[in-house]
Amino acid sequence: MTPLIELKGVEKHYGDYHALRGIDLDIRQGEFFSLLGPSGCGKTTLLRTIAGFEAVSSGTIRIDGRDMKGVAANHRPTNMVFQSYAVFPHLSVAENVGFGLRRDPRSKAEKARAVEQALEMVGLGGYGQRRAHALSGGQRQRVALARALILEPKVLLLDEPLSALDKKMREQMQVELIRLQRQVGITFILVTHDQEEALVMSDRIAVMFEGEIGQMADPETLYRRPASKRVAEFIGKMNFLPADVRRDGGAIEVDVAGLGRGAIAAEQAPGGVPVGAATVGLRPETLAILFEGEATDRRVAEGVVDEVVYYGDMTYYDVRVPGVDRPLNIAMKNLIGRPVLDVGTKTRVAWDERALVLLPG
Amino acid sequence: MKKGRSLGTYAVLYLVFLYAPIVLLPLFAFNDATIIAFPLKGFTTQWFEALATNAALLQSLRNSLFIAVMTAIFATLLGMCAARAGAMAEFPGKKGIIGFVMLPLVLPEIIVAVSLLIVLRQVLGLNLNNWSVIAAHTLICTPFSIAILNGAFQNLDPSMEEAAMDLGESRWSAFRLVTLPLVMPGIISSMLIAFTISLDEFIIAFFLTGANPTMPVYIWGLLRFPAQLPVVMALGTILVTLSVVLLVIAEYFRRRGMARAGVKDTGGFL
Repeated sequence: MTPLIELKGVEKHYGDYHALRGIDLDIRQGEFFSLLGPSGCGKTTLLRTIAGFEAVSSGTIRIDGRDMKGVAANHRPTNMVFQSYAVFPHLSVAENVGFGLRRDPRSKAEKARAVEQALEMVGLGGYGQRRAHALSGGQRQRVALARALILEPKVLLLDEPLSALDKKMREQMQVELIRLQRQVGITFILVTHDQEEALVMSDRIAVMFEGEIGQMADPETLYRRPASKRVAEFIGKMNFLPADVRRDGGAIEVDVAGLGRGAIAAEQAPGGVPVGAATVGLRPETLAILFEGEATDRRVAEGVVDEVVYYGDMTYYDVRVPGVDRPLNIAMKNLIGRPVLDVGTKTRVAWDERALVLLPG
Repeated sequence: MKKGRSLGTYAVLYLVFLYAPIVLLPLFAFNDATIIAFPLKGFTTQWFEALATNAALLQSLRNSLFIAVMTAIFATLLGMCAARAGAMAEFPGKKGIIGFVMLPLVLPEIIVAVSLLIVLRQVLGLNLNNWSVIAAHTLICTPFSIAILNGAFQNLDPSMEEAAMDLGESRWSAFRLVTLPLVMPGIISSMLIAFTISLDEFIIAFFLTGANPTMPVYIWGLLRFPAQLPVVMALGTILVTLSVVLLVIAEYFRRRGMARAGVKDTGGFL
């Protein structure tokens, strides 16, 4: 099956500044795809080239097999939800949602029905006559969604659509967007700088740095097997430890400073296997503090609690282990009967070589 | 407390100094005497009647209104182009160009008047008429229009026009359907300001009018005849009232535009 959207060698230059460098990307029909990265990484520029607001300097963009070169935004099968929502303040909610139907040959009554349906889909049924400038942020967001979806685009582009909402509202909208995307079956491309948002919502994520794609994978692979230190740093928390790598036939053996030796599988080195000095990563939740009386079949290191950060459901510990240059960050669920340890407490840390990720760079 | 009272007194005196001469206008416009002096003689509307029957004066009024309307339209159109470019486009030398466009704001009018007279008469060899005044007034009013419209365009979310294009409209119809209605308060405000400036502008009009003087130029001519002074007072009364009304309307629209765009008012002309 050919992908719905194909980007080949897309570049965008502003004078000497390279906003996009050789982007290759395939996005399938019906996929929820996210472009994730820090501000200035080119993710919004990439979205705008797909929408047709920016011309590419070189490379091709094909949507549904059609080359988009020279095709203006108003003739592309894409619609966009803007970061500021860009809901027209001088129009009513219904006029906003029906804006794209101006050239639609259907009768007025049919269009009005389509508008009402679109409003109901985003949970704004009966809001049609309200003035747009009197709506709350979350409601504007829904109007912007309905306005784009009513045209049944092949691709819906979302430019940081949730960044202006408060935390509660954002989490609610995340769930609603996923539900909506499954319901309409339209391909969504989401731009976000929020790694959690990307992990929650996407089928696949492209992590971008400085105009390039650092890694493209499904959320679980991206989190568990980051291909570089940069990706690992950007998504979630990670302990980085210096290690010595040796290859013995097919086996990869790492000697982690302060923790010890262990063999790892090839899939734990998604970025390739360097030989000699390297860095390994360990997520905080793959490490565990052994409370009094607890036993484990995993590897154990001795340490001292250096810092305690209590989150309610979780406690994050920094534990200093002799031979490890930085304290290990460990996430522990606050289960029944588990104490919150004090700074200075001597403790044991369980770790597992199966959780190691070998990181180049 | 003492300091507060003296400052208050100063403020009142300041306002009296500023507005008392203007209050004199209607006072003598309705005074039943040809000599402008106290004590007042009695109430009359004869000076306003004399105004209405003065054919030359009415002709000058028509000239001024025509010039003011055309100036308002041209200055606002040019102002819109400049303000939109200033707010939404990036191009090399932008700051310098915008500064250059705003320059007539601080250029002495007498300089503008003399240099335009030389260009029109000596260089181009054109006859002076209402259009020469319109051209000059457009020149001095455009910076005001830009200043007003800048506010309107800068408060406009650039995504608005893009959203309209994304929903299937061409660049022009996106501008017409979305941008234009949103900056309309600014456009009305700009047209009213330009109209007001043009209507009572004297120096440039004095240099550049042809056979038909504008109203301020005609009034200046009347001053040589003391018997006509009360008529001038009557006319002045009408003009002051008109100016105040227009400026208030302009400010109303400017503020409404600010409120509609949902931004903090950073002050305008009033």
